[in-house]
Amino acid sequence: MILVVLISILFLGGVLAWLSEGLDSKFPRVVALAAVVIDLLVMMVLVGADAEGSGWIVQLNAQWIPRFGISFHLAADGLSVLMMLLTAFLGIIAVGSAWDEITERTGFFYFNLLWTLAGVIGVFTALDLFLFFFFWEVMLIPMYFIIAIWGHENKNYAAMKFFIFTQVTGMLMLISILALAYFHYIQFGWFSFDYFDLLKVSTSSAIEMWIMLGFFIAFSTKLPSFPFHSWLPDAHSQAPTAGSVLLAGVLLKTGAYGLIRFAVPLFPEASMQFAPFAMTLAVISILYCAKVAFAQTDIKRLIAYTSVSHMGFVMLGIYAWNEQALQGAVMTMLAHGLSAAALFMLAGGLQHRIHTRDMDHMGGFWPKVPRLSFVALFFSIAALGMPGLGNFVGEFLALLGAFQASIGLTVAAAFGLIFASVYSLWVIQKVFHGVYRNSDFDDTHLHDLTRREMFYFGAMMIGLIWMGMYPQSFLDMSSTTLTNLLNETGQLLFAQGSEL
Amino acid sequence: MITSFNDLLPLMPLLIVTATSVIAMLMIGIRRSYITTGSITITGLLAATLVAVSMMDWTNQQVTPLLIIDQYSLLFTVVVCASAMVLAVLSFPYFFELDDQREEYFLLLTVATIGAIVMVSSNHFVSTVLGLETLSMSLYGMIAYPLHSAKSAKFPLEAAVKYLVLSAAASGFILFGMALIYAQTGTLSFASVTELPAAGLGDSYTIIALLMVVSGMAFKLSLAPFHMWTPDVYEGAPLPATAYLATIGKAAMFVVLLRFVQISEALSFDSMVTVLTLIAAASMLAGNLLALLQDNLKRILAYSSIAHMGYLLLALVAGHHVTGTIAVEAITFYLIAYVIMSLGAFGVASVISSSEKEFDSIKEYRGLFWRNPLLATTFIAMLLSLAGIPLTIGFIGKFYIFLSGIEAGLWVLLGVLVLGSGIGLYYYLRIIYRMFMPEKHSQPYRVGGVESVSSYGVLAILLFLLLLFGVYPAPIMSIVATASAYI
Repeated sequence: MILVVLISILFLGGVLAWLSEGLDSKFPRVVALAAVVIDLLVMMVLVGADAEGSGWIVQLNAQWIPRFGISFHLAADGLSVLMMLLTAFLGIIAVGSAWDEITERTGFFYFNLLWTLAGVIGVFTALDLFLFFFFWEVMLIPMYFIIAIWGHENKNYAAMKFFIFTQVTGMLMLISILALAYFHYIQFGWFSFDYFDLLKVSTSSAIEMWIMLGFFIAFSTKLPSFPFHSWLPDAHSQAPTAGSVLLAGVLLKTGAYGLIRFAVPLFPEASMQFAPFAMTLAVISILYCAKVAFAQTDIKRLIAYTSVSHMGFVMLGIYAWNEQALQGAVMTMLAHGLSAAALFMLAGGLQHRIHTRDMDHMGGFWPKVPRLSFVALFFSIAALGMPGLGNFVGEFLALLGAFQASIGLTVAAAFGLIFASVYSLWVIQKVFHGVYRNSDFDDTHLHDLTRREMFYFGAMMIGLIWMGMYPQSFLDMSSTTLTNLLNETGQLLFAQGSEL
Repeated sequence: MITSFNDLLPLMPLLIVTATSVIAMLMIGIRRSYITTGSITITGLLAATLVAVSMMDWTNQQVTPLLIIDQYSLLFTVVVCASAMVLAVLSFPYFFELDDQREEYFLLLTVATIGAIVMVSSNHFVSTVLGLETLSMSLYGMIAYPLHSAKSAKFPLEAAVKYLVLSAAASGFILFGMALIYAQTGTLSFASVTELPAAGLGDSYTIIALLMVVSGMAFKLSLAPFHMWTPDVYEGAPLPATAYLATIGKAAMFVVLLRFVQISEALSFDSMVTVLTLIAAASMLAGNLLALLQDNLKRILAYSSIAHMGYLLLALVAGHHVTGTIAVEAITFYLIAYVIMSLGAFGVASVISSSEKEFDSIKEYRGLFWRNPLLATTFIAMLLSLAGIPLTIGFIGKFYIFLSGIEAGLWVLLGVLVLGSGIGLYYYLRIIYRMFMPEKHSQPYRVGGVESVSSYGVLAILLFLLLLFGVYPAPIMSIVATASAYI
């Protein structure tokens, strides 16, 4: 029941926020903030809660469409709770980053923001594949509106590209889901879309591979991984800051979550065969996108490419499919959620102040905006994987796990860390050091971070330091889930692991 | 044989609509009043809808060899009558300021509905032709209705003549196909095709006959490559008539096609399967690709309807490969979904237009969301539903089509469907994007004319149904499932 409450608070909060605009255009942001904060507080109930042996903390299963055995099945285990916490936390940050930036049509903006969050929470808790797909698509539409209405100069193109990429690959996943349900029908004589029922379906290996590919393409588009990543730089560079925060911090994680929860456990054998390809794609993402990031002059595009590069570590960890690698993937998801969101907020903040994202116009900002510069340095260093911060733990564990699966690919992937240092420090060098010239932009609004901004960045810094210094508190939460998943599928993969 | 009054009971909806048209005609003779004629039409259609709903549980019989009144035909009688009523409500403000006689429009609309009811209840070639021609003849009139209006800027005559000529040619094809079948069997019921005498003229002869019938029907359904007339007729006709043609006209025709293909087992010939597969693929691709290039809303909807008929045809082909009724259910559900979302989309366009000036360029929808959020939200929901996005009935419809395609193992067609839908997203999003652009205050968002509360009412009902069946489809699914068992 608590899961329904979590989702409905956001849905209703969205409607309320929209309606409250009629009273005053400043109300929606307050309503939105209240809704997300309440959501986060309600979630806290789940954090301390004791999971039974199965790892599921809460479950809710109600009939929805009996004709096809579709149920309204929500459940949360440690992994879901971690992801939900990230969602709610970044939700607050997103509201904060939109606080002053969004001045037009505020009601509809916060409506979309909250509905995106609601869709994401739904994705992280749905255990009926039809319901999962439902939420998967529901989070797209408000995000499309956020980019298309409040975006920058090329928003129509970016929003359209984002929507078409995710929707078309989503349809492939729908076909896979339906095919899986149909094979369940053939084997057991009744339709079911339930996760636990579908886990029992066994098909011939060729069919399993095709169905798995449907899931994989949808999830790796969302992740995104090479070669499906090209929507991300456009979407990020055009989205308003809050949109970027949600995209980078939360929406990308739904892809990784889908791989962990659905793509591998549902198709262990096909995934095992496919793992070398997936890991290769991950390594290509890491290296290629790091290289491309280096060639960008648009600061948001640059951060977007680094996102793709970092998410490569997640995919590498997932397809190595052992405990360390998976823990690493989950940690990277959390840490990257914070660091990428913070970097996008910084880029958005800069754009808000000087109306350009072009790094060629920037330089020498440190003396002008020391606090902003320091925060930027902190998160750049976090992103490049400095020990002591969350990203390092995640990427290190992912590489450690991947090393057991494939030495060659891990060695190649490790170069990504070096590239990350190069482009991160290069950005710092280019934007904050050097000679200050304001010939290319109007610097009348170039003021330092406000107190509210410092508060948000401070919260994210604490989060990253916590993850870096005491990762165990996060690892403990997801470990039951991950060991359960490994126990179900591990036998198959372990045998193969040595060959990879 | 009809021997007693009881035998006439199953025909009640048909009789009510017929009576409505007679009463409306007499009223016009006595005193011309737009409001009276409109009210009579709307009341009559509402009564027919309600009677048909109440009959669904207990009526299942063949009335004369021509008409079958079972749950399936009654389900579509409800759909046809309710849609006609919605269109009558929407037409009322649209034609209110027409500088010509306005009352006969409702007469045409009612008579067309009689034709549509006959079509959905038909399992015999004679009733098919009677229904089809009644529907088409009335449609010619509806399309050309603002002909004598001095202010009407559109080209209703061009549209009507185009539709008349091509539709007559298509009817010719259907009749010729029927004649070929009749030449072998001596009867005109759909079932006769399965009873072809072994010593007849042979399979190739039958295939030619079936092809003629099917291609004639494909003309009416505007399936590629028989779709050329669609955009021009849609564009030239007044909006409510376009909506009638696009919703009731297509749905009734598809029900006939479905019954014909199922009863006559036309797909037992491999060549028929091939032909229908090709038509389905061509329609999905052609419809979606050609819509990309359009700036006119009616033309976009015309091309998108071609694609949607292609999706339906996919399920029809799947029906041959699957056991059980999933394909028929898919077609039934999708047709209902298609009618609801098309009515909504055309409805919004017709609310902001009038017979003097139609807002049919997508440019004119710029900023609609900020000026009239209710209309724009309805329109967006309808467009997203046409694109098959969850929370809407269109998604559940797509779900059905996908499921029947998967059960039948039609992987190539499914691939084309994914491709086509992906392309389709582009032009739906283009319209939606326009509605969110900042408004230009210099332009009014709607043409003057009258604004009727009831139009907003029916649009609200359509939106409610769209979302209800999209989020909680279980009740309608069970109705569709029981009805589909009758095919």
